[in-house]
Amino acid sequence: MARESAVHSAIQRRFPAFDPAGRAGASFKPQHFDAIAADPASVGFVEVHAENYMGAGGPPHASLTEIRKVLPVSLHGVCMSIGGHNPIDREHLARFASLVERYEPFKISEHLAWSTHDDVFFNDLLPLPYTDETLARVCEHIDQVQNTIGRPVLLENPSTYILFCESEWAETDFLREIVKRTGCGLLLDINNVFVSATNHGYSATEYLADFPLQHVGEIHLAGHDEQEDDEGSPLLIDSHDRPVADPVWSLYEMVIDERGPIDTLVEWDSEVPDWPILRSEATAAEHILDRYRGRQQRMNRHVLQS
Amino acid sequence: MSYSPDTMAKRHRLAYDDAFGAVLLDPERDTPQGVIGPRGKAANKRFNVYRNNVTHGLVNALCEIFPAVTLILGEQNFRMIARDFLRARPPSSRLVFEYGHEFADFLAGFAPIQHLRYLPDVARLERAWLDAYHAADRTPLAPSALGAFAPERLATALFTPHPATKLIASDYAVHTIFMAHRKGPMPERINASVAEAALVTRPLLDVRVHKLDRGQFHFLQALCQGATLQKAASRALENHPSFDLSTAIALLIESGAFESCRSCSVTDEED
Repeated sequence: MARESAVHSAIQRRFPAFDPAGRAGASFKPQHFDAIAADPASVGFVEVHAENYMGAGGPPHASLTEIRKVLPVSLHGVCMSIGGHNPIDREHLARFASLVERYEPFKISEHLAWSTHDDVFFNDLLPLPYTDETLARVCEHIDQVQNTIGRPVLLENPSTYILFCESEWAETDFLREIVKRTGCGLLLDINNVFVSATNHGYSATEYLADFPLQHVGEIHLAGHDEQEDDEGSPLLIDSHDRPVADPVWSLYEMVIDERGPIDTLVEWDSEVPDWPILRSEATAAEHILDRYRGRQQRMNRHVLQS
Repeated sequence: MSYSPDTMAKRHRLAYDDAFGAVLLDPERDTPQGVIGPRGKAANKRFNVYRNNVTHGLVNALCEIFPAVTLILGEQNFRMIARDFLRARPPSSRLVFEYGHEFADFLAGFAPIQHLRYLPDVARLERAWLDAYHAADRTPLAPSALGAFAPERLATALFTPHPATKLIASDYAVHTIFMAHRKGPMPERINASVAEAALVTRPLLDVRVHKLDRGQFHFLQALCQGATLQKAASRALENHPSFDLSTAIALLIESGAFESCRSCSVTDEED
């Protein structure tokens, strides 16, 4: 069966279709290529930043092609500037669509943020106020992306350091309304929830209780740095440069308990460690997923038998 | 032209990215109005997180694109110059690996390092290296391709450059300096004032940097510009009387600098 599908995909020049449902994955970094290729079963899937694969050719495409033969890949855009005032850049969107076509990612996501304004690319995920106007614009941009790629995207909740006086919507309501208007799904970044909740002095648990969990198609976990704001209060920085913090693991377990297993990615983008360390973070997420998967199966059996 | 209060409010509300954009790269400017911390408290340090992220991220990107220039200047000096550069010439492409094409010219015009006259060309070569790394994939010209020409037609052969191919000529020892710094600090003293040229290619996946003599540079440059083999050889000889054609043809093949060749047709000759 496996051989048949491999032959089939070779003829079609298409990649194998994997079903990583409810597994844990890790950010794909080129320096981990050999380790992952030698033991692809050690992780459920890998995720790449789309922009790193928007060159014409060369080693990035060669390694991603090899990885895609043995693992499902999720495509995570960081520069679409969906939350920006400017229209979506058509050239960028076309490049994004060609990656979707080329690599057949099992998940596609972008951010509720902006990064380009008036032809300057700031290379960061910048925040936007939550108003009726920005809501309409974000929805328009998501419609455009989804219409172009022919698939729904997952929109990620941001980590933020500031708030806007003019915001009229709670972030969770804003996201819920985007889902309702565009049919997109959500990528729940639990580290971002914890970072924003700490930075703005609200409860991460209450935020999650209000989050439309039924629309979450993927979860992100990552590490953060701790600094201080103007008054010496803790200010957390979404740094992706260290292991996932304990409170984030607790919130994660709470979400999985509530919703059951959801594909989960451990992100690590700076001070990237050797593969065994990143893999062990993904394995830790996998253990939590397994625990609730087992419980869910037992409950299903119980329902069937009673 | 007058605005109703409604339109004014709308204009104000949509200005968040205008407001950020105007001050993100300028540490002297205030935090934008309407940006606050929780319960309305001050947000200066908070806003500076974005400033730091933007600057730090782009400076890191420049360090990665120009590792030899970073080593030559020392990382601290490089980071200060890179910061000035990105404030003057922020990226317009969303692809970070396309950033820094204007960096060599910026270095050339940066007064405190005028004495490092070779440095802009080293930056050009490093930028060319990364362009080659991301260039489109093409099978390079097969060694047998030239053998397919009838001997009397070989002089009229035209070549299509491989997308990764880049040529750089310098009044300084750009190839030697580049090679010496790509794998760590400089191992020996280099005489920078020797003119050198370099050919960057990526026939398959590995980027290669070849040192060229003056004749080889003019030969390959002429071929890349669409000259026939014969015209390119003449141009090389004009610039470098001891130009050796057979060595240059071997380099043309072995370097993978071209993806195809064909015989010059009548229309080509009219051009």
